[in-house]
Amino acid sequence: MRKIMFKTIKQLTSMVAMFAVLFAFSTETMAAKKSKTLENTKKRQFVRCGVSQGLPGFSNADESGNWTGIDVDVCRAVAAATLGDATKVKFTPLSAKERFTALTSGEIDILSRNTTWTLSRDADIGLTFVGVNFYDGQGFMVRKGSGIKSTSEFKNGTSVCTNLGTTTELNMRDFFDSRGISYEPVVFEKADEVVAAYDAGRCDTYTTDKSGLAAQRTKLSAPDDHVVLPETISKEPLGPVVRQGDSVWEDIVRWSLNTMIEAEEYGVNSSNADMMKTSNNPAIKRLVGAEGELGAAFGLDNEWNLRIIKQVGNYGESYKRNIADTGILPDRGPNELWTKGGILYVPPAR
Amino acid sequence: MNNIIKKYIPQILAILFVVLIFGFLTMNAQTNMDNRGIDFGFGFLSQESSFDVQFSLIEYSGSDSYARAFLVGLLNTLLVSFISIIICTILGIIIGVARLSSNYLIKNSAAWYVEFFRNIPLLLQIFFWYYAALRALPMPEKADAWFGVTYMTVKGYYIPAMVWENLNVFLYSGLASIIAIIVLRNYANKLRDTKGKQIPVLLYSVSLLIVLPLLSFIFGGVTLEFEIPELKKLSKISYIYEGGISLPPELIALVLALSLYTSTFVAECVRAGIEGVSKGQKEAAASVGLTPNQVLKLVIMPQALRIIIPPTTNQYLNLTKNSSLAAAIAYPDLVLVFAGTALMQTGKAIEIVSITMLTYLTISLTIAAIMNWYNKKIEIKEK
Repeated sequence: MRKIMFKTIKQLTSMVAMFAVLFAFSTETMAAKKSKTLENTKKRQFVRCGVSQGLPGFSNADESGNWTGIDVDVCRAVAAATLGDATKVKFTPLSAKERFTALTSGEIDILSRNTTWTLSRDADIGLTFVGVNFYDGQGFMVRKGSGIKSTSEFKNGTSVCTNLGTTTELNMRDFFDSRGISYEPVVFEKADEVVAAYDAGRCDTYTTDKSGLAAQRTKLSAPDDHVVLPETISKEPLGPVVRQGDSVWEDIVRWSLNTMIEAEEYGVNSSNADMMKTSNNPAIKRLVGAEGELGAAFGLDNEWNLRIIKQVGNYGESYKRNIADTGILPDRGPNELWTKGGILYVPPAR
Repeated sequence: MNNIIKKYIPQILAILFVVLIFGFLTMNAQTNMDNRGIDFGFGFLSQESSFDVQFSLIEYSGSDSYARAFLVGLLNTLLVSFISIIICTILGIIIGVARLSSNYLIKNSAAWYVEFFRNIPLLLQIFFWYYAALRALPMPEKADAWFGVTYMTVKGYYIPAMVWENLNVFLYSGLASIIAIIVLRNYANKLRDTKGKQIPVLLYSVSLLIVLPLLSFIFGGVTLEFEIPELKKLSKISYIYEGGISLPPELIALVLALSLYTSTFVAECVRAGIEGVSKGQKEAAASVGLTPNQVLKLVIMPQALRIIIPPTTNQYLNLTKNSSLAAAIAYPDLVLVFAGTALMQTGKAIEIVSITMLTYLTISLTIAAIMNWYNKKIEIKEK
């Protein structure tokens, strides 16, 4: 009898020791999970966000300097999650050429600038892509009067206007090379210069991501005289990017974006978010911070996701406000939820 | 001993200081790049570039290496600088001399020209020429032929291409005529110094330069044909010229802006040089019986050049460096192709920017060296 008790005590102590070890280990990892970027952001009280120099629907500033767009909303979501206020963002307009250097050198903390996720960018240059907020593809715009209906009608000697330092330049070469067509690439540093040169007749066609073409078309002197050809010549998953090496910050940005998309999936939006706290669905309750401890994993409070939905809205609201209602791309196409025939699909927030 | 210490200690300290600063900067960059997981290296230069360039002096396609893309950009930079330097020199001399004219109209229009072009920022002038040209020039199908065979259009200036046969024979004949001219000049100088006889060297030189290459056509089997640009339809409303050579509007706008802008500074150097020669020189030369042409050629210019060359060198250097503004209007120079597209595609910012900086430094030092050599040559050699 005594022997058995002794044995039990021994077992108990070893169990306690084991727990102690586990506990010690886990507190240690908790401590290691601190994010330098998050700390600095909290100290500064604003999120530093790199955006484009003006692409309607994605990131565009109005006359009074207010930024809007779906890329802008990702940064606003992060600001709402980390600082509690979606307006606490400082936007830095960047050219395609400057964007990665600005991020890797620490000038900005999120690059949300219609940037294509590719292997070499992800692996090579100290960047980490956290997700996709817009599925795009490269297309061509031509003058309606040219009678060109398809990219197969391009002939040798076609001059093509485009932007410097983008995947566009590479896709364009692949496209024309594979068809054996000689072409003249006219490459400008800024989008406005491309538009001006194309408008003046310097080029026969203007190529960039289709969403970009739709947006830039509105800047032409006679938008209705131009048409975007139906073909898409490349995959351009556009998404926010962070610096490599701060995995907590990376997670915050990733799940801020995912929260917006998942909120749309569960029908949670900026106006009904508070009411959803009492929902019967645990998944929805987790999404508005009424259940679970989801924020703790990033060192945030439990209502981080509720604030995103309340202040910025879900992905559908953001898309409607910035892209559909502005007439850029009323049809969501692949950017519809997976449940509605699109390819927007995010891992569950649990 | 004490003196030596006094002399060398500050210098050693200065060198140490510079080395330390550079060492710190390199270390700092190294640690930061390590922290961010960026590799440093020049291996990318041999990788396939996979992008195309609009305008190139050498064969180039996307399957060539980044190193070749660098060469394409470098040659385009050199081309635009070279053409602009020649034009700005000619314009500068004309305007500089015109400013000293006794004719009221000539003098004042030259002054206006200088004040106008040198006081507007260069980048604005580049944009002006580019977008003004794009707006003003006709579409290819509406262009009138200049000189019968060249077409100035919004897509570029199309000129006939020369198709040579036995080009090397022609080049040799040109080389031969240059050698003949040098020999002739030495002989003429000797004749002048020993017997006081003058022969019309310029006339003989020009005829040599024309006659020998002409002979190569007759006896050397050299033929030259012109490939004339022809209009081709791309779509219902868009046309292009095929055959011949196309000078892109970007190149033309850039050359215009760079040479007009820099010519004002060269003009001022020329004016300063000529005004810097004392009046007595001119009067003395005239009084010994030299003709006005001889006065200018033998007395004024040799002295004026000494004043003109060093500041003009600066202008040439400025022009070359200013050519990097090409990126703004899509002219594929070194900055656009290499420090632009190549940098973006590889992400090797530090490597590419340092290569580009070194290249500009080398170009500038080379121009400076050539001009210094020329300056040495025309310096007063005291005996």
